[in-house]
Amino acid sequence: MGMTMTEKIFARHAGLDRVVPGQLIKCKVDLVLGNDITAPPAIKEFERIGRPVFDKNKIALVPDHFAPNKDIKSAEMAKIMREFAKKHDITNYFEVGRMGIEHVLLPEVGLVAPGELIIGADSHTCTYGALGAFATGVGSTDMGAAMATGDTWFKVPSSIKVILTGKMPRWVSGKDIILTLIGLIGVDGARYQALEFTGDGVSALSMTDRLTIANMAIEAGAKNGIFPVDNATLEYISSRVDREYVTVKADEDASYERVITIALDSLTPVVALPHLPENVRPIGEVKETVIDQVVIGSCTNGRIEDLEQAAEILDGKKVHSGVRAIVIPGSQDVYLEAMKKGYIETFIKAGAVVSTPTCGPCLGGHMGILAAGERAVATTNRNFRGRMGHVDSEVYLAGPAVAAASAIMGRIAAPWEVKV
Amino acid sequence: MILEGRVWRYGDNVDTDVIIPARYLNSADPKELATHCMEDIDPTFAGKVKVGDIIVAGRNFGCGSSREHAPVAIKASGVPCVIADSFARIFYRNAINIGLPLIELGEAVAEIHNGDAVQIDLDTGLVKNVTTGKSYQVQPLPDFIQEIASAGGLINYVKGGRA
Ligand code: SF4
Repeated sequence: MGMTMTEKIFARHAGLDRVVPGQLIKCKVDLVLGNDITAPPAIKEFERIGRPVFDKNKIALVPDHFAPNKDIKSAEMAKIMREFAKKHDITNYFEVGRMGIEHVLLPEVGLVAPGELIIGADSHTCTYGALGAFATGVGSTDMGAAMATGDTWFKVPSSIKVILTGKMPRWVSGKDIILTLIGLIGVDGARYQALEFTGDGVSALSMTDRLTIANMAIEAGAKNGIFPVDNATLEYISSRVDREYVTVKADEDASYERVITIALDSLTPVVALPHLPENVRPIGEVKETVIDQVVIGSCTNGRIEDLEQAAEILDGKKVHSGVRAIVIPGSQDVYLEAMKKGYIETFIKAGAVVSTPTCGPCLGGHMGILAAGERAVATTNRNFRGRMGHVDSEVYLAGPAVAAASAIMGRIAAPWEVKV
Repeated sequence: MILEGRVWRYGDNVDTDVIIPARYLNSADPKELATHCMEDIDPTFAGKVKVGDIIVAGRNFGCGSSREHAPVAIKASGVPCVIADSFARIFYRNAINIGLPLIELGEAVAEIHNGDAVQIDLDTGLVKNVTTGKSYQVQPLPDFIQEIASAGGLINYVKGGRA
């Protein structure tokens, strides 16, 4: 019996010839990630162990959630991380001004390569599966222990094969693919499992689309989402990664617990209604819903192609008078490129605010918190109760095209309502 | 170890944002986190929970973010164990790592109601609803996880030279 991509990466990092679902293994990790919320408790646990860091080049620390510091307490947490980075001479500490949202930043700066095994004290660490790596979110204690030992324990997950066929129609993006899948299988549809994406539809997907899809694997309860390595992957990493890596491929006879096929041609832009990412409806079926805020950004949709889609729709248009539109480039690089391409000007002329890279409103941190009764369309990934502010506010998840169109219309709108 | 306590009953997909809202994540102090535990799903919880009370919930408990603050807040509230139909995986991992035992009971959780008294034998995996008299047997935790648990969490386990 052959192995899936996830099983192969696990076997190699556990020093085993093969692994099977359910097996408990100890794996070496290629990178350990933490942020300003999760790193401080991890550092505390790390210090209890009393060992040096396992490898100062294999730890990434990114202040992104409440950064630039939103208040005194978050300033103190960021300081703990900064001082730790200094003390242990951590190579990949990204200070404000050089940072980005961690999951936009890490692939961008070449910290992710195919076949690698990455853990991060952040649930959306699964984003890196887009590059054919195994990546998953863990907690602070896991992070603290791994910073000392360079390894961690796993239960090998079974896999679900998701076959993507055909090509996406205009205005459909990676966000619509993953939301459609979550709508299909539910928020625990892939619980404890790996989502392995495959099929001829993959080759037509940009890295941005793949990163968006892998990013939200966790919203289906998955341990990881993983994509095959193809020309698009190699092209993406060619200018970013210069260390050696080992690409894995799923065996023809690998075993999957379930196979799901999604015909990309048949997709339409979708929206996930409050308060679960599985409440997915085609845009055409969403009732007239007046909104107060639009957020375009996050580790799900804060990359340059996402901003490009939004800019295309907002170009020459005005944000509705009843809407606050907030655009957050996912990294300094994305910001700079958006500036060069004129998107920032487009956003500002349309009446949107453009923020420095931060998680900000995505987790209800800062930079756009909702009051009671307010509604937002967001390109983020979670619409749980209270996620973006008051417990009686509402978040509607969508891709950048729907978000931008909604900003103009003042209600949830399809892209073709404002742009043909 | 045998635990006995009153049940706080919640539904499916209780996410980490309602267990401990992000607005309180600028602190990692367990006592402070406990004062906001479950706030966005049940504002009465933090004020009324008693040491030894047990949370019982439906499917996918703890879904969402990787914040360890969620099991930490629950543990610091005095809740010694959570029973659910099923748990989200990062929450499960975090709970084990910080020493908050979890019982995955499956659909039988439907027979446990708010205010019931339950008794849990962590060593044998026997769960008893004292109020209804019904008992349930669950799989004991895998050896490897029991070792982490009996070391008092992952850090002690690592310190003990076992990783
Ligand atoms: S953008 Fe949102 S989901 Fe992504 S890492 Fe930041 S808070 Fe988490």
